[in-house]
Amino acid sequence: MHKITLDPRNRLLVLTTRLALLFGFIFIWWLCTSREWLSPFFFGDPFGVAQRIVTWFVTGSIVTHLTTTLIETMLAFVIGTVLGLGCGLWLALNPFLAVVTDPFIKAMNSMPRLIFAPIFALWFGLGIWSKVALGVTLVFFVVFFNVFQGVREVSPAVLSNTRMMGANSRQLMRHVYMPSAMSWVFSSLHNAVGIAFVGSVVGEYLGSEKGVGYLILLAEGVFDINSVIAGILVLTVFALILDTAVSLFEDHFMRWRPVAGQTVAANA
Amino acid sequence: MTAAVRSIRTQSDPQQAQEALRFDGVSCTFASNEGRGKTYTAVSDVNLTVRDGEFLSVVGPTGCGKSTLLNVAAGLIHPSVGTLSVFGEPLRQGLNKKAAYLFQVDALMPWKTAEDNIAAGLIFHGKPKTEAIAVAQEWLMRVGLEGHGKKFPHQMSGGMRKRAGLAQALALDPRILLMDEPFSALDIQTRHLMEDELLRLWSTDRKSVVFVTHDLEEAISLSDRVIVLSAGPATRPIAEFEIDLERPREVSEIRMTQRFLQLHTQIWDVLRGEVLKSYAQNNS
Repeated sequence: MHKITLDPRNRLLVLTTRLALLFGFIFIWWLCTSREWLSPFFFGDPFGVAQRIVTWFVTGSIVTHLTTTLIETMLAFVIGTVLGLGCGLWLALNPFLAVVTDPFIKAMNSMPRLIFAPIFALWFGLGIWSKVALGVTLVFFVVFFNVFQGVREVSPAVLSNTRMMGANSRQLMRHVYMPSAMSWVFSSLHNAVGIAFVGSVVGEYLGSEKGVGYLILLAEGVFDINSVIAGILVLTVFALILDTAVSLFEDHFMRWRPVAGQTVAANA
Repeated sequence: MTAAVRSIRTQSDPQQAQEALRFDGVSCTFASNEGRGKTYTAVSDVNLTVRDGEFLSVVGPTGCGKSTLLNVAAGLIHPSVGTLSVFGEPLRQGLNKKAAYLFQVDALMPWKTAEDNIAAGLIFHGKPKTEAIAVAQEWLMRVGLEGHGKKFPHQMSGGMRKRAGLAQALALDPRILLMDEPFSALDIQTRHLMEDELLRLWSTDRKSVVFVTHDLEEAISLSDRVIVLSAGPATRPIAEFEIDLERPREVSEIRMTQRFLQLHTQIWDVLRGEVLKSYAQNNS
């Protein structure tokens, strides 16, 4: 028999194996629930979930919920990133302030910030802003710490060299600190996307009138496990789409970074 | 004290016009990382002048404060005692604007292409972008990097990065070029190529060069004058040698000449003692 080598660079093989894993999992799920080894009441069934997703999109009933959640997520993501970038740069370039605020930032970061959700609901109401606020508190710290690190990791030689070339502090910011921080920011943005979704969905779950989190809450209330799973799947797909968008930006802005395996011209 | 110094200055005014750099009793003391309150004197009471248009090499044992001297010359650190004068003007604060610095490690901005890296300095000085890029392209050609302008530093070899670094420094047309063991990370063939390249570029407009190295052969084959520094701490110049080899020079050939070997022996006699001292200290 012809032996297949498991080469991780064989993209077709990788893709087929992935699909096999996915459909295998769905098949086992379907098998277990259809044979009643697992109660479909608690574990749903793949066809029910698929049917629910199709119904949602065909009737368009999910559109308001999905757009609400996406708007909340995007706002949280953008506001959190901009604030994190700004504060990170500011504190990293201001050592005194960084030392003074250090314990407070550590405390706020280690705080379970999801617990702010009820407070934000009181402050900002049950509309989208309480969810945005929750998402921002989550995204902010991820980006902030990475920017802070990025600025501190600037090579001293590059910094001195750029200063010797006559860069003033604004030019240093633009040509040295920002690009250096951006490589850290981009790696954190992948985390931030997921976390921004957590913010909006948890916020919706705790109190709202629309959004995918609200949809899941309603379904759970009537023990409609298929809708709960369908909601989770829809969110996952959109989180993946956002993550891919971040990757596209990353590939464009980070093209100066060495890619593993890229050959280096050998002449002097 | 100050009056005395001032009177010396006025006396030597005509000569000062020809002095690119002048170290007057420069000492640099740093807080030691061994403990609180302890200090470390890297260089002590250095008196040194670099003439306009001169290629000066500074040799000394490892860790003797060569880079400290260069950083003082660049204005990146300011001496604890003493003054640095640049073309007769004392440099009290800020960077030495007449100097360019070529670092030992890669100092190109990794997020800019070779071309943008070279143009950056000109852009910082207010030149419009298109003009700066045009100058950068000219420099790429002069350092033999034609066609590599759109490459990012990680796409270039070590030698190419050094060439780009040299172009970056020279594109600003500085009066003084400070070089901190710039070729030490290169393999020996690339190194000889770069040394010839440097001499060729330097001979066109004879900037003042301070070239720090631990390689005596490199120092002799490039320079007009070689300064030997004592072992650290509290480094100071202990000897200087005029290198009367003919120019233009071909670095790999000049190393075979009689005069080169003579000079090498003379300087090594002085340097060896310091290297041994430094070695003994580091192993005690």
